[in-house]
Amino acid sequence: MGSKKQNRREFLKQGAAIAGGAAIGAASKSASAQLEGPERYIHGSDDMVAYGSRSRFVTSERIPHGGRHSPDTFGLDFHIATPLQDQYGVITPSSLFYMGTTRGSYLPDIDPEKHRLMIHGLVDNPLLFTMDELKRLPSVTRMHFVECAGNRANSRMTSVQETHGMTSNAEWTGVLLSTLLEEAGVKEGAEWIVAEGIEEVKGASSIPMTKAMDDCLLCYAMNGEPVRPQQGFPLRLLVPGFEGIFNVKWLRRIKVVDQYYMTYNDYGHLTQDPATAALGYQIGPKSVIVHPSGGMQLPGTGYYQVSGLAWSGGGKVDRVEVTTDGGQTWFDAEIRGEPQAMAHTLFAFDWEWDGSECELQSRCIDELGQVQPSRQEIGEFWNTPPGERIRVRGQDNSIQPWRIHADGSVHNAII
Amino acid sequence: MRLFNLLLPVVMLLGIAAHAQSPTKYGVGRTPSAEEITAWDIAIAPTGDELPAGSGTADLGAQLFLEKGCAGCHGTNGTDGLAPRLVKRDVGILENPWGYGRILPIRSPYATTVWDYINRGMPLGAEGTLSPDEVYSITAYLLYLNDVITDDQMVLNQDTLPKIKMPNQDNWAQVPDWFPNQPRLQDYPF
Repeated sequence: MGSKKQNRREFLKQGAAIAGGAAIGAASKSASAQLEGPERYIHGSDDMVAYGSRSRFVTSERIPHGGRHSPDTFGLDFHIATPLQDQYGVITPSSLFYMGTTRGSYLPDIDPEKHRLMIHGLVDNPLLFTMDELKRLPSVTRMHFVECAGNRANSRMTSVQETHGMTSNAEWTGVLLSTLLEEAGVKEGAEWIVAEGIEEVKGASSIPMTKAMDDCLLCYAMNGEPVRPQQGFPLRLLVPGFEGIFNVKWLRRIKVVDQYYMTYNDYGHLTQDPATAALGYQIGPKSVIVHPSGGMQLPGTGYYQVSGLAWSGGGKVDRVEVTTDGGQTWFDAEIRGEPQAMAHTLFAFDWEWDGSECELQSRCIDELGQVQPSRQEIGEFWNTPPGERIRVRGQDNSIQPWRIHADGSVHNAII
Repeated sequence: MRLFNLLLPVVMLLGIAAHAQSPTKYGVGRTPSAEEITAWDIAIAPTGDELPAGSGTADLGAQLFLEKGCAGCHGTNGTDGLAPRLVKRDVGILENPWGYGRILPIRSPYATTVWDYINRGMPLGAEGTLSPDEVYSITAYLLYLNDVITDDQMVLNQDTLPKIKMPNQDNWAQVPDWFPNQPRLQDYPF
């Protein structure tokens, strides 16, 4: 096998040297009744040796979130949504990972040799680490999603990239925050940590010690390579299942403290309503059908694999159900792969479309027994009067309905 | 690790590994100096523990608001720029201060949040260049514009700033205690 490949490569090289790629195509065509090969070849280059790239036929791209220009003239908004409709499996490619930040057009360009992480405050041993030193500590590698609080669907949105593109999932590698806290020795009365970045606004969030000791992760790698600058190179905090802003990027400081700090990031969560405060913290059970989804076109009646992603900030996905009749009957979807805690989980459902208008939905049930609600159920729970707009409190985890028209076109069915 | 901490003085007394012995399990990283910690320690608690020495007044802050370019983004009066509005909405005196709008120097429960954010994140493009005196003055000016303080000569410093009672100090929902493997809100099925 290996030598065959070798021979072919030699041949290609010689052929290219003599007459260029087109001649090869012509030669194979005239030789016999063999099937035609590719129309053209991508010629190897030093660049391709060093770093691969995708096919020119693959054009999937992120888009500015919320219809706002990003970056705006002010350089303030930089919210970019991932093309979930083009994704296979549960790993979001790093180049397509969603991004949310306050002034993202000013990304810190950090030399990892110079970067330091300090852990101090209510600890026995304040510590300062280089990146190399952090990498000497025991590491873990885990799948986790990150999701922006702005991942809220509304009736004006047309595609799943718009309704749900502010979440992505990756394999992260780093040091458990608990390992670091144990190294530093947490003192009595330490109830919170403040995690802080190095970027221009030095984004800082208050995180409960219970969460910090549970599963927070100081990540230096995602998807097998160093964390990308847009995701916080060289070091970011991951707070699995908590709203995006807690996952501090360009992390340089952990302060162990005795009180909620009400940083500017924390102020962003400020509400008078205790329920909203609770529901904007840990993300609820959530799912969305990605195939088919808004803007797609079913080519005709017959078999379709309905598939999508499910996740929860409360733990693993336990079950996913799918309806094709707008919520009257629900069927168990098949979970593909082993669900991981606070990670996107793939589900699929075999479906025969008979050509009639219908509505597809999915709902996630997580290992805590929390069930993803429809907007109507949310309205009923909070006693929203009929006719009044239903307000989804905290993080939006409502069911996404997709309506299939008789012509096979797929539309957002949020009212 | 705690046990190791307890044993460490004993080990040192015995003269074994009296140096180069780390109090931590992995012995990685170094102890930052007191100066390093102070320089990095910029998040300000509601109790104001980390506030540096220095002082300012709203009177001085009004001038700095123009000089430092704040007015360029937030408007000359803090009401009409491209950047977030800094003065409460003109709705008279409300019983529930929440109605003044999502405006940091009136809605935040603590004046420390205002000081902290100006200090860490302002002004745009020149973040981290304001002196403590300047931050005290600009903070005072914003609190004055929102009628939180009424005397433009009032001196704000590390003692007086944390004592300012913001209208929403007790008027916000605390985030719940968080524990692993718990639903996010009791009696909420979703």
